[in-house]
Amino acid sequence: MSPLNNETVQKAFGVIRDEAKRRRDAFREEPVPKIQIGMATCGIASGALETKNAFEEVLAERKIEAHIRTVGCIGHCYAEPVVIMDHPESGFPPIFYHNVTPGKAKMLAKSFLEEGDPLFEHVLGAMEENDLVPQVLDFPRFNQEKRVVLEKCGRVDPEDIYEYIADGGYETLAKILQLAPNEIIEEVQKSGLRGRGGAGFPTGRKWDLARNADGQHKTVICNADEGDPGAYMDRTLLESNPHQVLEGMAICAYAVGAQKAIVYVRAEYPLAVKIVTKAIGQARELGLLGEGVLGSSFDLEIDVFQGSGAFVCGEETALIQSIEGNRGMPRHRPPYPVQQGLGGQPTVINNVKTLASIPPIIEHGATWFRAIGTEKSPGTAIFSVVGNIVHAGLVEIPMGVTLRTLIFDICGGVPNKKKFKAVQIGGPSGGCLPEDFLDTPIDFDSLIQAGAMMGSGGMVVMDEDTCMVDVSRYFLDFTQKESCGKCTFCRIGTHHLLNTLERITKGEGRDGDLEQLETLSEDIKDGSLCGLGKTAPNPVLTSLRYFRDEYEAHVKERRCPARMCRTLTAFYIDLDKCARGCDACVGSCPVEAIFTTKDRKKGVDQSLCVKCGECMVACPAEYDAVMKVSPPDLAPIIEQAVDD
Amino acid sequence: MNQENSLEAEEKVILDDIASRLKVFGRERGELIPILQMIQERHAYIVEDAIKMTAEHLGIAICETYGVATFYNQFRFHPPGKNQIKVCLGTACHVRGGDIILENFERKLEIRDGETTPDREFSIERVVCVGCCALAPVAIVNETVQGHMAPSKVEGLILGFKIEKEKAEREKQKSEPAQ
Repeated sequence: MSPLNNETVQKAFGVIRDEAKRRRDAFREEPVPKIQIGMATCGIASGALETKNAFEEVLAERKIEAHIRTVGCIGHCYAEPVVIMDHPESGFPPIFYHNVTPGKAKMLAKSFLEEGDPLFEHVLGAMEENDLVPQVLDFPRFNQEKRVVLEKCGRVDPEDIYEYIADGGYETLAKILQLAPNEIIEEVQKSGLRGRGGAGFPTGRKWDLARNADGQHKTVICNADEGDPGAYMDRTLLESNPHQVLEGMAICAYAVGAQKAIVYVRAEYPLAVKIVTKAIGQARELGLLGEGVLGSSFDLEIDVFQGSGAFVCGEETALIQSIEGNRGMPRHRPPYPVQQGLGGQPTVINNVKTLASIPPIIEHGATWFRAIGTEKSPGTAIFSVVGNIVHAGLVEIPMGVTLRTLIFDICGGVPNKKKFKAVQIGGPSGGCLPEDFLDTPIDFDSLIQAGAMMGSGGMVVMDEDTCMVDVSRYFLDFTQKESCGKCTFCRIGTHHLLNTLERITKGEGRDGDLEQLETLSEDIKDGSLCGLGKTAPNPVLTSLRYFRDEYEAHVKERRCPARMCRTLTAFYIDLDKCARGCDACVGSCPVEAIFTTKDRKKGVDQSLCVKCGECMVACPAEYDAVMKVSPPDLAPIIEQAVDD
Repeated sequence: MNQENSLEAEEKVILDDIASRLKVFGRERGELIPILQMIQERHAYIVEDAIKMTAEHLGIAICETYGVATFYNQFRFHPPGKNQIKVCLGTACHVRGGDIILENFERKLEIRDGETTPDREFSIERVVCVGCCALAPVAIVNETVQGHMAPSKVEGLILGFKIEKEKAEREKQKSEPAQ
């Protein structure tokens, strides 16, 4: 690129950056309190919209002057709705409040903004160091994270491109437009970045292959078809900071020589679709996309394509099929999409997190990135830690941190004094790891060795009440439905695995079932073309390996040790504990299975009971009289006298 | 009889609308899924004849179009209820008892998942992960995400809708004699 071009780019970007900084400073210097509300899907689901309305109402009602600003998600889902209030006049630092209900919002506005009392009982922590309020950074949930990809999430307004630019955004794009494409690829290769979609293919190598492939119309695709049930970091990223992804895509397109890019988003993520579409429009308006990006000779158009709900479309060849208007069925590779992809042209398909890692890597350099994480898996990993866990949400940690640190130190462990049983990593393609593996460091290779895989980063923590056989059945039910049907072993094999598992969870297991599960699983792995079939038996294989005794209890004793499989469990009311006078359980039962005899004994009609467990919740804690047993014939029978 | 007639009339309106919308789409194969999504977005389901119209527009076989439409989970071929209930059965929801929530809706409304009540008030669908795992178990009722579901909450939600409907009917009756 000519020096003249460099000057144009720098000048064009300088104008935009100055405008962004001017806007930010103007906002900051306004002498009114600022209320910041997290408004991504999970925030809205927890009632952030109602909270925002409550703030608006109370501000108008009491004529308090303050700015309400909406931002994305910071990943602390357990604390939603999250509000940060900055009221410099009060002498307090910006304060982080959690679980802000509309009532709490009104109270906070009155006490804090009017009277200067920050209501310590509702404070989670302060956002900066100070002498008055403990900092959030003192908590392990905050200070053990290393944010590279999610850094700006929850800090910038995703619907305002200037906020991202004022925070250093698009600076990298302006910088790389002054470099030769192979310099960028070299830097990415040096960083050792591996694809964050789960397989861990070196990103730099993929780009290099695409750059050197023959083709006039190369395409870059951002894979946001996050199908793994239990993972939602891609959605959060797109909803909270879409521009970082777009910037990564633009850098990739420039490096490989593409003029077209597509964001492939699941249709189940309407808010992400809306925000990304808006972000693309804003970037185009400022000349960061479109013809002649920032006045250079590089053109780039980005479009959004909505996936229509097929798990297999996360596989790259199936994804391309669906963009082309076909059924999303994977095809044989090679040729790889980097050689022949969309429309037969070289196509780079990268995960959202991979692309979002690019701007920080180029900005700080490959050496900086290499210093984070492990040697073979540099950088950070994002996990959505959910299930039976205290501080559920998104966590970004350096690779190499152990599962124990992540689950117990950062996320607070298992709630309700229950015991940890297993952690499921990698969704339907991953596996369940028991307690013995808690000291496994998290990186691509160690997880595969343990029998799980990084996958998309879904991590479901399970306590002692979770049945491993049922979890396997659940995953097989999922993969069996999602199998595209191309390979016989995947289509029929998963169906057969599911049937066997269903029988076992119903107490109809037979001798030889477990051995057959194992051989069939291996056959499905061998006989399937794409990742879906190759990994579908993983949940069965790992749980058989680590929890075989549970399978055996189901088959041989017709017993579910976790008391989760509903055919194998029964509820009854312990009459020694029951207060007899209250009817809490009777009222809570949705099917009227609980009855009272003449002498005020409580019984459960097992033929009616659907085993929902509502009575167990309803029974006052001081009695705790509802019992759950397996096998079901352990429950005492109480006669329900028909007359007299 | 009456209901059938109204359904037919309804479909005609839908098809007219689709015909006018199809004009803005190109005729390349790649437009197929966006067209189907447009139909579902505007009308909540894909009418049988709409498949035929789409196939003709793109110049591909009807069975091919139908094959693509049925491959993807997103597309629905029956009209959903006025109140759409989607129960999440993702991993986190499953571990926290999502199937019990689904069963409660099914029992309460006397329909199975994928069905609509005869009065077309409610329909139930199962979805796989809406990405609100931290709130599990989750149900989505008319685009509103309901976190931390429990069987008692199911009853409350449905009761809420029934009360609202009765209220609306009463008000309608009240205003009718005046006219």
